[in-house]
Amino acid sequence: MKLDIKLCGVGGQGILSIATIIAEAATEAGLYLKQAEVHGMSQRGGDVQSDLRLSTELIWSDLIAKGGADMILSMEPMEALRYLPYLAEDGVIVTSSKPFVNISNYPDEAAVLAELDSMPHCVRLDIEGIARDNGLPRSANVVLLGMAAPFIKLIEPQQLRAAVARIFAPKGEAVVAANLKAFDLGHNHSMNQ
Amino acid sequence: MSEKRLLLGDEALALGALHAGLSGVYAYPGTPSTEITEFIQKNTLAKERGVHSRWCTNEKTAMETALGMSYAGKRALVCMKHVGMNVCADPFMNSASTGVNGGLVVLSADDPSMHSSQNEQDSRFYGKFAMVPIFEPSNQQEAYDMMADAFELSEALQLPVLMRFVTRLAHSRAAVTVHEAREENPFNPDKDLSRWVLIPLNARRQYAKLVSLQPRVESSAAESKYNWIENLGTQKHPLGIIAAGIGYNYVKESAPAGIPILKISQYPLPVAKIKALASCCDKILVVEDGQPFVEELVKGILGADYPVIGKLAGRTGDKANTIGRMPLTGELIDGVLPRMGELTPDSVAAALGVKSSSVYSPAKNVAPRPPQLCQGCGHRDVFAALGFIADEFPDSRIFGDIGCYALGFLPPFRALESCVDMGSAITLAKGAADAGMFPVFCVIGDSTFTHSGMTGLLDAVNENSPITVIISDNFTTAMTGGQDSAGLNNYEAICLALGVEREHLHLVVPIPKNMEQIKAIIRKEMMYKGVSVIIPQRECMQTLGRKLRSKKQE
Repeated sequence: MKLDIKLCGVGGQGILSIATIIAEAATEAGLYLKQAEVHGMSQRGGDVQSDLRLSTELIWSDLIAKGGADMILSMEPMEALRYLPYLAEDGVIVTSSKPFVNISNYPDEAAVLAELDSMPHCVRLDIEGIARDNGLPRSANVVLLGMAAPFIKLIEPQQLRAAVARIFAPKGEAVVAANLKAFDLGHNHSMNQ
Repeated sequence: MSEKRLLLGDEALALGALHAGLSGVYAYPGTPSTEITEFIQKNTLAKERGVHSRWCTNEKTAMETALGMSYAGKRALVCMKHVGMNVCADPFMNSASTGVNGGLVVLSADDPSMHSSQNEQDSRFYGKFAMVPIFEPSNQQEAYDMMADAFELSEALQLPVLMRFVTRLAHSRAAVTVHEAREENPFNPDKDLSRWVLIPLNARRQYAKLVSLQPRVESSAAESKYNWIENLGTQKHPLGIIAAGIGYNYVKESAPAGIPILKISQYPLPVAKIKALASCCDKILVVEDGQPFVEELVKGILGADYPVIGKLAGRTGDKANTIGRMPLTGELIDGVLPRMGELTPDSVAAALGVKSSSVYSPAKNVAPRPPQLCQGCGHRDVFAALGFIADEFPDSRIFGDIGCYALGFLPPFRALESCVDMGSAITLAKGAADAGMFPVFCVIGDSTFTHSGMTGLLDAVNENSPITVIISDNFTTAMTGGQDSAGLNNYEAICLALGVEREHLHLVVPIPKNMEQIKAIIRKEMMYKGVSVIIPQRECMQTLGRKLRSKKQE
């Protein structure tokens, strides 16, 4: 059993924190894991992505092959579309629906969302709006993780939730509580779909 | 006692070196190698032991200082990105002649696909050039394990050892089994003094010694536990694979079961194993990340008649290759694998004739999103102040350098017209001025200036070249994540000491309200027929933000 996740977004949106939480949960669950990420110049407001591979068997490649990703997990709708060639036939897209516009030629928002909706399996949500409305403006990425939890078949949602608590523990109880709330908001959204 | 830890490739190297009894790491930041030194700087054991980990001014000072630590008997590690090898090539080559006392490992992190670099040079050529052993880990566990073996081999042969890494391992995380730490070497200065004095008399003897050591260098790789053959049965196979470093992972990901594979992670090439593989296969595919280093050598070993395919040969030739983010038609240059760009599971699968292909076509509603200068970055204001030059002096140029400010080439600024190598802004500007260009500007960052710009400025001062030098000082090495800059905010004193005239040296603060003042200074200084230096000083938004956040937490 394997699960390959293409994590993506714009530099500074917190995709590496999502990767850290999933990696923590996967390690705790005794899974094999490889997680390749991009550092350096591309972090400066450009597109960023990370290949996260989980498996019950030994993993060889650090990178996901085209057509191999079981999930695209994206902090930004156009960025989710960027990696379609990597998505497996029955792969799922879990994405924020709120465009992050820092380029002059950003495509038409309605067209971006329509193209996402044309895919067989896509869950999208205005995670930033949800986070803000619930007083969790810095936890939009954890809302997204909660949304993705039911699709991360190799790890129980409760294990991911516990990893959220462990990862944020050094920042204090209030930060842990905020992120657990964010996780639950995202998780409930997917469960109610 | 051993335990499992989740580590980036860079962190695995760092911990491997610490556990091998490291006494000092010497490095200049450079993607993808930066996290090695950063890990050691934060590590508890390193702090307890007082392991040296402060950043060096450039790769040459790093290499030489590490050699000095080795001279004194301790184990030292030098880390850099691939182009740093060019900067430290002089001491690196000559360290093979002097030899080492305490173990010395030189880690070069290559960047195929140029994710954050100006070229794709392959550091293995430097190892062969210097005639020293080369290690090339294929995964995070080997990165950790090999450090201990590299230090042992370095001390056994009394030679520096090159370790070659690539971006995809440096920045990929996996579980690594780690062991207990070995003690550091005792202080033990070398007793053999003459080998360190490379006057021709000694240098000839030391080079002869290096040449005579080659059979031992070769046998260490021939017998290496990191080089092995899989699936070599008795029957003949149509295809065998030589997989070097990370290439092995992509081969294992998609190669059909039973195909013979020679995995190589230590050089010089194990000739007997290559011949053994060749003798039971009709053809060999070489899979290696970077330039076709192994492929060329294997062709020499097996002779012109034996078919070897890889990046140079075996092209089936009908499709355009997608290399990194840039679609290139590779029809004339590629072998069965692309000449350019990093290996991917897709390119290796294709070379093996295994289908790995997209189910979904590229999306229609996607635009490129290139990196850009942060909002509020001082470099933005510097470029804004320089904005009039392109309009008013179309034959003038603004020479740029390596750093975040290289993004000044891109819209909306279009303000930089060169970015070649560390420190080159000042010297390219001087050369253009020598050729008659006027006015001439150059923009260089604070850390790049101390890395390699000071000597060029001295050249310009000595000839009083008519150039306007802008040292855009953000108090840090920003592009690699905010490492301490070697100039320690002494740029004014450094420039004065190099001979810049007081009245042509200006410190300014690049914020919008000072824009008219800065433009006036630029207009005045560009007309001066000699060296002017303007130093806009404002802290990097990233390091400033981090400081404010950590203050808030306290």
